[in-house]
Amino acid sequence: MRLLTLPMRDAFAFAFIAVAMSLSPVLIPMASASTADLLTYDDARHLLNRAGFGATESEIQRAVGMTRERAARNLLDNARTSPVSAPPAWTAEAGALRYPRRGENATEAEKKMFQQEQIREGLELRGWWVGEMLSTPSPLTERMTLFWHNHFVSSQQKVKLAELMYRQNATLRANALGSFADLLHAIARDPAMVIYLDSAQNRKGSPNENFAREVMELFTLGEGHYTEQDIKEAARAFTGWSLDRQTGQFVFRRFIHDDGEKTVLGRTGKLDGDQVLDILLGEPATAEFVTRKLWREFVSPDPDETAIRRIAQRFRDSRYDIKVALYAIFTSDAFYASENRGVLVKSPIDLVVGTLRQFDMKPGEATPFAVAAAGMGQNLFAPPNVKGWPGQETWINASTLLARKQFLERLFRGDETSSRMLADANAQGTLTANAGTMGALPRQAIQAQGALDPEKARQIRFMRAMERGVSSVQFESGLWLTQFDASRGTRSRSGAASRLLLATAPQSVPDASSEPLALVRALVLDAAYQLK
Amino acid sequence: MDRRHFLKFAGSVPLAALAPALTAEVAWSATLAGADYRKLLLLIELKGGNDGLNTLVPYANPTYYALRPKIGIPREQVVQLSDSVGLHPSLEPLLPLWKNRELAVLQGVGYPAPNLSHFRSIEIWDTASKSEQYLQDGWLTRAFGAAPTPRSFAADGVIIGSPDLGPLAGGGTRAIALANTEQFLRQARLATTEGQSRNRALAHILKVEADIIQAASHLNANYAFKTEFPQGGFGNAIRTACQIVANEAGVAVVRVTLTGFDTHSGQPGTQTRLLSELAGGVVALKSALEELGKWNDALVLTYAEFGRRPKENLSNGTDHGTASAHFALGGRVAGGLYGEQPSLDRLSGDGNSGFAIDFRSVYATALDRWWGVPSSGLLGGTFTPLPILRA
Repeated sequence: MRLLTLPMRDAFAFAFIAVAMSLSPVLIPMASASTADLLTYDDARHLLNRAGFGATESEIQRAVGMTRERAARNLLDNARTSPVSAPPAWTAEAGALRYPRRGENATEAEKKMFQQEQIREGLELRGWWVGEMLSTPSPLTERMTLFWHNHFVSSQQKVKLAELMYRQNATLRANALGSFADLLHAIARDPAMVIYLDSAQNRKGSPNENFAREVMELFTLGEGHYTEQDIKEAARAFTGWSLDRQTGQFVFRRFIHDDGEKTVLGRTGKLDGDQVLDILLGEPATAEFVTRKLWREFVSPDPDETAIRRIAQRFRDSRYDIKVALYAIFTSDAFYASENRGVLVKSPIDLVVGTLRQFDMKPGEATPFAVAAAGMGQNLFAPPNVKGWPGQETWINASTLLARKQFLERLFRGDETSSRMLADANAQGTLTANAGTMGALPRQAIQAQGALDPEKARQIRFMRAMERGVSSVQFESGLWLTQFDASRGTRSRSGAASRLLLATAPQSVPDASSEPLALVRALVLDAAYQLK
Repeated sequence: MDRRHFLKFAGSVPLAALAPALTAEVAWSATLAGADYRKLLLLIELKGGNDGLNTLVPYANPTYYALRPKIGIPREQVVQLSDSVGLHPSLEPLLPLWKNRELAVLQGVGYPAPNLSHFRSIEIWDTASKSEQYLQDGWLTRAFGAAPTPRSFAADGVIIGSPDLGPLAGGGTRAIALANTEQFLRQARLATTEGQSRNRALAHILKVEADIIQAASHLNANYAFKTEFPQGGFGNAIRTACQIVANEAGVAVVRVTLTGFDTHSGQPGTQTRLLSELAGGVVALKSALEELGKWNDALVLTYAEFGRRPKENLSNGTDHGTASAHFALGGRVAGGLYGEQPSLDRLSGDGNSGFAIDFRSVYATALDRWWGVPSSGLLGGTFTPLPILRA
């Protein structure tokens, strides 16, 4: 056991500077590229689709012939830290949070109004984020923001206030490609997180261990690297981390903070929350845990432990510079290895946003597409629990696969106006919008109560959203296919389209003589289209 | 090795670890000699957290009326089952089942260290996890993994009227979610590819497509019931459930959901309506299953994420609670009262009651006693089945 004599943050900052000075060339390519390292079409496609959402043919062509290093640098150097689209107007409203009067003092009408307002704002927020994903010139920023949303999970189901979910989203984005250490410190005092993991209930004498447990298990070390006693002690260090209910800002409440001596992972001192976070950041397990998760996001479901340790070491040595970890991943042989192509399942956001971007479709409004993704199992700002969306194969079951295929089929139906789905929807009942249950997608009120079961209501919501979204996009399949003519060489149009759209060979090769729309439809409905 | 040991072994060792030939044999013996999936399990989820205290009313207990001066069910309205408890008046249609000893009332079903979040608590129920444990697979998914259903079945399970697969979530299981059969059959035409792949993710997608194709080719809505199903969402869900059960190809489990039980305010009207939908649906279910000659081969269980706070709130409602009353019904159910009514005099700091029956004992009953699938190794501990089934 070591006694802390230096204030922890200073000690760490000092160590990081020392390490950084000795290892400064980490970002500089070590060797000049051989031609083997120059990106082929498939390499460029792979990089851009994994690091962003559904790259277009021209985006891919621009990256062909770059070195891996140059292509990775391009992605990382140009990454934005703020959105290009304006967030909903209410996020800019100054002044106190619009909390309802607390608990039992609020009237039924007040509670209901508050609830409906939060649902409406939550929906706007989802639409805004999907819109940002669709229009950003920096898709890696949004992919990483989503990655951190699924790492530092908070859900509007519990947080309720859309405004706090927005602020958390902004924090995630600002730090998405910055320092993981800074992000961890910021998120620990993020108001939505303070609510989501009950920090506000954590007081001296009656600690709430929720945040202390999850920060170790899910945010930093991973299971098996700490004891129950570490959790208890850490929880005491975080006592007093709370929220000003008027402003929605983080406050430290000194009078309920336990300033006694604590021992966390063998370090003893009158530790406060920030010091505990620095202890966690000092552990190699933290860098490895996060690197492993990045590997699953970008490379394959099966982390290579040797590579993980190597990348994690650089990651930690750089004071957790996320760009350092991503650069190492995006230039690795494993990333480009043929056995790692087409092995990741597209998330619903990948499928929806990726498809719209890949086909250069510009919807009038993005909210219906957020609803469509929710219908496939990914409701932004509402992951299922603190562990987030488990992803990969769990995205696909009979229900979600049919929802995905319905979406794709509808998107590429062309100008047939008589929609079977909408007819189905209308035949099954009449819905009115904008009532529902907190945090979930607005569960539309059903006019004749009890007339519809929730699955039907969900499907109708899903179909309506699709109809609304799809009717606002234009797609000319014939025109779209002509873009391949300049570069396809001896390939057929269908071969070139298949090479763009599918990460792995199609299950059934489409008939090259198909009509343009039928060709596109066959490719997107192929099982291989669900992969990236 | 006798059969029980053999199955226990199969349930605790990942099948992939065994030699392929042995794996096939285990699966074969589990389905044919062991698990009897011809017996239907029908789950009814009371989503939102049904109020157990106003479902099974302790009408002889003055503390009950003290806790619920406004929403307590007056003694004279209670459908009395014993000298201390009785049913909510909306459940009166269940009285013939009770008299016929086909209705078991399970009192105080819950679990230790209860979680009061809808989302987290239903996850605990669906995965049969401990309160602090996060599991990915549903408890039925694990059961079907250990003892697969016959390949000829239309599906392992059909989820009606809810998007989440609940106890059937997670890897490997053949679960189909649908709102009604005809609509499913129309959508299923989008599943076209069957095949295999060494790519794990692709193999999974192809398997799900094959599951959809298999279910679609075995299911139809053609059976003409004499039974009249109640109007409304739940009645329709029960009708769909019965249509599925009427198909020649089996399904081991069907789940239907009745939602709206999160009665923080205005509880009496809402619960009265919902429980009468429940009772009407169950009565139709029994009638339809009798038409099919399957009532004796059906076990119906209700469940929910939690019950509600014993003390009423100031909005004529109740807040999230813990243990609750649930029902088991069927031709082979040994009717009666089981467990015990939660003590209202010893509530926890947040005003909630303890539990008498661990929900995993209810699951163990379905696994061990109904299907003959050993539950040890599937429920994260040993849970004693309840004596609610006749031989």
